[in-house]
Amino acid sequence: MENNLWEKFKQSLAIVDKNIRIYYSKGPVIIFGLLMPFFLFLSFYIGRNTPIEALIPGLLGMTAFFTATSVGPAIVPWEARAKTLERLISSPVSLRTIFLGDVLSSFVFGILVSVFPVAASLLIGVGIANLLLLCFGLVLSTFCFASFSILLSAYPPTDNIATTMMLSSMIKLPLVFISGVFIPLGELPVWGKTIAAISPLTYFTDLARYSIQGTSYYPIAVDILALIAFTVAFLFVAIKIHEHTILKRL
Amino acid sequence: MKKGELFGFLGPNGAGKTTTIRMLTGVIKPDKGTASIFGYDILKQGLKTRQLMGIVPEMANAYIDLSAWNNLMLIGALYGVSKKQRTERADSLLKKFELYERRKHAVKGFSKGMKQKLLLCMALVSEPQILFLDEPTSGLDVESQRLIKDTIREYNANGTTVFLTTHNMDEANQLCDRIAIINHGKIAAIDSPERLRLRSSGLQSIEISFDKPVKTEELLSIKGVEKAAKMGDKLKLYVDETSPVIDAVVDYARSKELNIITINTLAPSMEDVFLKLVKES
Repeated sequence: MENNLWEKFKQSLAIVDKNIRIYYSKGPVIIFGLLMPFFLFLSFYIGRNTPIEALIPGLLGMTAFFTATSVGPAIVPWEARAKTLERLISSPVSLRTIFLGDVLSSFVFGILVSVFPVAASLLIGVGIANLLLLCFGLVLSTFCFASFSILLSAYPPTDNIATTMMLSSMIKLPLVFISGVFIPLGELPVWGKTIAAISPLTYFTDLARYSIQGTSYYPIAVDILALIAFTVAFLFVAIKIHEHTILKRL
Repeated sequence: MKKGELFGFLGPNGAGKTTTIRMLTGVIKPDKGTASIFGYDILKQGLKTRQLMGIVPEMANAYIDLSAWNNLMLIGALYGVSKKQRTERADSLLKKFELYERRKHAVKGFSKGMKQKLLLCMALVSEPQILFLDEPTSGLDVESQRLIKDTIREYNANGTTVFLTTHNMDEANQLCDRIAIINHGKIAAIDSPERLRLRSSGLQSIEISFDKPVKTEELLSIKGVEKAAKMGDKLKLYVDETSPVIDAVVDYARSKELNIITINTLAPSMEDVFLKLVKES
């Protein structure tokens, strides 16, 4: 077999197919990916006089973030425990190809679910100033969050799914509250804005706010560049850590 | 190992059999040393070597949430087998191993024997040049064992090199061209089964039964008998040379007014050879 890039991509797609068949019906995926953003949104929407247009960017951000990071952290420990990780590692597939498959499956799931709030927004008459930019931002940020998901499972090298899910929740939940999801960045105090800058979710929420309301805190180019930079950094660091720790899981 | 060989790798528990397979198949990295498969270095050209392999690991590791069919499709895709080929091969392998009717069922509902057969199908779907089989018949019923052994022979006859670990000495004896015995991570002996037997001349034995009970201690007094053991209603005498001991046993029976019911000479079994070599090492 000529193991060129296309062949490697096809191997990644085989991993995507496997992940979709196995993991997307699991309890943690449904809880963390779908219900969490919905109920968080409701808790901030009900009883407040904030216009729906101001909350939709946050809902979109949460949906993309939670769905794209719901599967990734669980896959490696799950496979380590089921001894299928050994099967993957002994096949003629590089770790990068395996993790690209994991990222792509999280990306596909994130995009498919995130389409619903976008469609619902259009149906209830929320005006979207720049739909094309919103879609582009959604694709870019979902890939960024999917890359983040494999970083969440990189350490510690455990086969205990509960440990990984608990640690990833400990990181994911605070990020939602510091990323301008519920309160626009411009209304945050200086320390809030400073903290928000370290979260990738901040840049998508900001970009979505611009796409829907026409206003943003950062220039759009900064949002896009930040999301690209976070994606590259997440992929690089996650794969490096996994390369060092993967054999400890077997 | 030679190309096309069916090579047995035997050793007691903890000897290093599975560790060796896991190193050769890229699952763990060796601390030192080198190994190559068909000329490819397992560390420097890991993807190329793994492309040539089919593996049946010690622990069952098919995806239990996937169907048998989807497991085969996944493995075929990972090994770069075209969709048409993997469909044809999966069809034929599942029929051969009598899993075709259950092909759409999730593997979690399969028995141990069915899972083991599926693992062999997964190892064969890429038509590998070398098969690594870690205890492939362990815990299986006789029929499944025979089917798997016949398949191993068939693929080996068609040119597939086979690296087999097993605890079953008869299986190693029946299947392997050569056998290596490993103990504490080191090779204690490596040769064909018959040559290993010849090297263990002190393990020839005579199996004998009398019409009355005889104490094994009395037989130890016969010249040439190194060890005597009771095996059911028979006695097994371990000897260097069989003929003089048979004469002496017949004389002993006459002197004690015993009738000999059966007497057989036995070459050392692989089990005897294995135990002796492991002990020596």
